[in-house]
Amino acid sequence: MAIRGTEIKIQGLTHRYSSRTGVTFNRVDLVSPPGEALAIIGRSGCGKSTLLHILAGILKPTEGKVLLNGTAITAPSPRWVMMFQAPHLFPWMTVSQNVGVGLSFGRWSKEETEERVTEAIKLVELQDFATANVQDLSGGQQQRVALARSLVMEPELLLLDEPFSALDAFTRSSLQKDVRNIAKRKGFNIVFVTHDIDEAVIMGDRAVIMAGSPGNIVHELDIDLPDPRDRHDTAVQALRTRLMATFQEAANYKKPESATLAA
Amino acid sequence: MNYAVTSAEEGGFCRLMKHRAVQSLGWAAGGIAILAILWLIGGYFIANNPTTKTFVKFGLFPTLEAFPELWGAGKIQNALAASGFRLGSGLLLAIVIGVPIGILMGRIKWFRDFTNSPFQFVRMISPLSWMPLAVLVFATWNGSIIFLIAIAAVWPVMFATAAGLAKVDPNWFKVARNLGAKPLHILTKVIMPAITFDVLSGIRLALGVAWIVLVPAEYLGVTSGLGYAIEDARETLSYNHLTAMVVTIGIVGYFLDSILVALIKRYSWHRGG
Repeated sequence: MAIRGTEIKIQGLTHRYSSRTGVTFNRVDLVSPPGEALAIIGRSGCGKSTLLHILAGILKPTEGKVLLNGTAITAPSPRWVMMFQAPHLFPWMTVSQNVGVGLSFGRWSKEETEERVTEAIKLVELQDFATANVQDLSGGQQQRVALARSLVMEPELLLLDEPFSALDAFTRSSLQKDVRNIAKRKGFNIVFVTHDIDEAVIMGDRAVIMAGSPGNIVHELDIDLPDPRDRHDTAVQALRTRLMATFQEAANYKKPESATLAA
Repeated sequence: MNYAVTSAEEGGFCRLMKHRAVQSLGWAAGGIAILAILWLIGGYFIANNPTTKTFVKFGLFPTLEAFPELWGAGKIQNALAASGFRLGSGLLLAIVIGVPIGILMGRIKWFRDFTNSPFQFVRMISPLSWMPLAVLVFATWNGSIIFLIAIAAVWPVMFATAAGLAKVDPNWFKVARNLGAKPLHILTKVIMPAITFDVLSGIRLALGVAWIVLVPAEYLGVTSGLGYAIEDARETLSYNHLTAMVVTIGIVGYFLDSILVALIKRYSWHRGG
């Protein structure tokens, strides 16, 4: 399973849900190089989830565009796959069937499907549960199935919308490390939205902070830490403190009338 | 050691299940026995009352004696084949019409609002009251009966499908689209498996209604089927044949219902349901 990373270019992205509602975010510009794990953090309502849904092609921008290696994202595609806050598995299917469901939407041979499903299940360490019904799994295991279901598509970009927020601390920590490891091993990009500063530091190569109403990217911070990352490590804690300070500074951010972007 | 524990647990579980199966079979046999006893007592009173003595063949034993006779003459098989064809065709029509319309009702709000009142209005009309119209419109008796069964059976299928779809988690559609599903994939891989339980429950209700409509519909015009066999037995005063056919209706109806219950259990993904 070889996955390529991709360059993501967000150009002048503006979104409003309808003409009666305010602008969610205004003229957002961002570039993410191939293989980067990018964290988007910010308070509720700043538009970070909306931005992620546009990146997934689920929502359409009001203005601007998103390019993946030059291809504009206008609709959902197996090339850019989103993993949601809850696993939303199909309860009438087994683990294997859930993992392979995306492949069943395409033209994959039975052998190739089986091979890719087996590998994806192995990546998330659920080999012993392949034939189990997903309703028999714990919350963490179900989220692993959702991860495998995304990985089996071999996406160039994996989008994660607070995917571990409903899990217990131990499972969350383990999955954060697993997702980063898998992404680095396979080389695909990750863009993830989180409220959790720890999650941004453990999983990300860079964090961008969204704030304001309408929202925009007001700060960004490189997370230049070696792997594997341990949350008790001094360097991790120092970066966490820095990111927290930047986040709090961003919370007080007031967007100037004419400003379009602050980086 | 673990294996031993597991085996013991499995053994216990099997014993419990067997115990439960035997217990429910016992209760069912007991219920049937009470019904048979009541019938026997009724038969006894009919036989010993001079005013009802002519109806003695309605009793349990004359009825049981009629079964081999009717079976040997092929009357039960012929009646079942004719009624089965009408019931199957009517139900199939109800499913073919009811499921797609139910899906549209569950999926598209304006369609649901648009169709709800006229459908509720037509649903409230007794299926048998369509009979004169059906006789005029359809060239054959079979066509009329199939129409009556279909119009009686379509509503439970349609409304159960719509209700099933209304319960479907909208996030499943989002996930499917996110993984590249086209509308046909969403229909076949998400909607249909998600609502199979509800559709089958609707078909089960429809079967009950269709079975009720079938017999009176066959009283008119046709020269085959269970309804006709009952009417024929009444006219020839073969009361034990009449009750044997009534019992056949009960047995076949119960058997068909049991098949649907088994299918519902097989395709239900709801836990604890």
